[in-house]
Amino acid sequence: MIRAKAGIPVSVFLLALSATWAPAVALADDLPQQYAAGRLVYDRWCGACHEPGIMHPGTHALMVKYPGGRRATGVITEWTDLPATYVSYMVRHGMSVMPQFRKTEITDAELAALAAYLCRNTKG
Amino acid sequence: MRIPPGVSADDFSRANEEFARVVGQEWVFTSDADLDLYRDAYSPYLNEPEERVASGAVAPTTTEEVQQIVRIANKYRIPLYTISTGKNLGYGGSAPAYSGSVVLDLKRMNRIIEVNEANAYALVEPGVSYFDLYRYIQEHRLKVWIDCPDPGWGSVVGNALDRGGGYTSANYRNHFDSHCGMEIVLPDGELLRTGMGAIPNAQTWQQYKSGCGPWIDGIFSQSNYGIVTKMGFWLMPQPEAYLRCTVSVPRYQDLMPLVETLNFLENSRITSGFPDIDSPLLGYPPVGQVQLWNETGPPKMSTDQVRLLKDAKLGYSPQLEAYAVRAGIPYWRLWLSFHGPAEVIDAQWRAAQRHLGRITGARFTVVNQVAVPLDPAKVSDYHEPEFGIPSLRAFSIGARSPWTPTPSKGHMWFSPIIPRTGEAIIEANRVFSEAARDLGMPLFGTFTLPACFWERAFIFILATPVTEDPATNKRYREGFKKLIEVGGQHGWGEYRTAPVFQQTVMDVYSFNNQALQRFHATLKDAIDPNGILSAGRYAIWPKHLRERT
Repeated sequence: MIRAKAGIPVSVFLLALSATWAPAVALADDLPQQYAAGRLVYDRWCGACHEPGIMHPGTHALMVKYPGGRRATGVITEWTDLPATYVSYMVRHGMSVMPQFRKTEITDAELAALAAYLCRNTKG
Repeated sequence: MRIPPGVSADDFSRANEEFARVVGQEWVFTSDADLDLYRDAYSPYLNEPEERVASGAVAPTTTEEVQQIVRIANKYRIPLYTISTGKNLGYGGSAPAYSGSVVLDLKRMNRIIEVNEANAYALVEPGVSYFDLYRYIQEHRLKVWIDCPDPGWGSVVGNALDRGGGYTSANYRNHFDSHCGMEIVLPDGELLRTGMGAIPNAQTWQQYKSGCGPWIDGIFSQSNYGIVTKMGFWLMPQPEAYLRCTVSVPRYQDLMPLVETLNFLENSRITSGFPDIDSPLLGYPPVGQVQLWNETGPPKMSTDQVRLLKDAKLGYSPQLEAYAVRAGIPYWRLWLSFHGPAEVIDAQWRAAQRHLGRITGARFTVVNQVAVPLDPAKVSDYHEPEFGIPSLRAFSIGARSPWTPTPSKGHMWFSPIIPRTGEAIIEANRVFSEAARDLGMPLFGTFTLPACFWERAFIFILATPVTEDPATNKRYREGFKKLIEVGGQHGWGEYRTAPVFQQTVMDVYSFNNQALQRFHATLKDAIDPNGILSAGRYAIWPKHLRERT
């Protein structure tokens, strides 16, 4: 999980009434720059449902769907087996109560950046 | 290529070429793959032939581009359907009401034109989401709150135009009521500003609502008379503190004085935060805490309580009431919240206790007493929208969880307005639970409590799931329509609904031989004679389609 310098999850900064709010990418100093654009897309569109913890319905759903295995945390930013095609399919088709996203929301270029970020730990 | 109904392929091609000259080819969508992105993700006709779909989409970035698109649509008689962020899930999403329309997607019109801290207002375009506006306010360190509904990705403009509600103070919870001033592209491409905005060089467009002469803003909500391209909103100055308390009462009949006293307290502005009613005995959660039940599960009950609940009628039996008194479990619990300086809200809470203390056995508890802004690490301890913080946490409704092993494909909100009395709550439970049982609708547990968004009436909200199975969806759709009609027979009507139910709902508003719908049609013919704009929205059809149907 990417954490702010104070050790507080980035999502909390995005959501909080904090006077120290700053773009999440600026805080994510352990993330290689090549993934910064994708992380920004994630923060804007995905994090509210997919950040760690059961208060994020996407994460909770994935925890229940994949108990016990490599995906057990439900946190898609940590998964190591996520194919880019799967990310693209989910964004453009949705799943359960997650709707699909239009190109006026996430452009094809932004989607490619998002997939690169989410799949950065995927081998092969 | 899909083609809108009543339009030739040649004309549609020419229109698309002209749209592309306005917005750029990249922002005119005609392929099936791109247009599928405009499907209503929660369509009650999911994957059925009747699902309402787009024939095209065009996405401008400026008011001038909207005007040009509207003029082109008039030239070729292209039916347009306007969306703002397209996230009105449960109420139609991004799909058109009239299948085959070209979606006018305003998501790229996402400018926050002004946020004024000194007089607490904002002026925004329709593509601005609650997340966007919240983020802007934080970045600029402005001490104002927005009022947002549960889904934070919704459009500030779009939600207000569909007359949505939120969770902060009463002045701001009704999003249409808290708007101030609009800019509208009319169906002929003309530009109109309402209220003080009608004065060139207006100095008070977002500060005085009505200007002079007829106040017409209302006709641009839940309608198709224009395209709102800018809208002002009053914001809430950030309060110093927040106080949340509960009042528990022991007996079934206490619901009546509890609601009556709540009404007095709200209408007198002794309390102005979002009120909520739950029943620990009947196992019905507060509206603002539904997400907690989805996250951590429903509360545990004793086997005695479960058995007694099964035998209760409309949430009551003498044995159940006796059990509640014996076990010290409140029948009803009212949640009150207060915003303001600590000394003011303490005094308001004391006054509220004095009034509610007239109910024998009432017990009072302070749940939260916090300074604002909240500690960032503790935001998720609260229902974020009650602090003007947008979230998507409510999408736990229907999502997979240990308590929902089979997730839904979405939901349709059945949401009639009923009187703000305890008697009406019980009567709505009787009427709708009997109807739902006859119709095979899975809506009711032991008892349902309404939402208190508005001060003068309740919304009796029930979520009907959308499933993968067309036969089930058909049963729910037909049941949903029957419930609307049953509500109408009792003098209750929906406050808002998805396009597939809009005709059924508007037919309930039938006083004097449908005088209201006939007036809507008269306006439509005068304002949009070619009928190009959002045909069918809230059952307002242009003349050529009225005659055909």
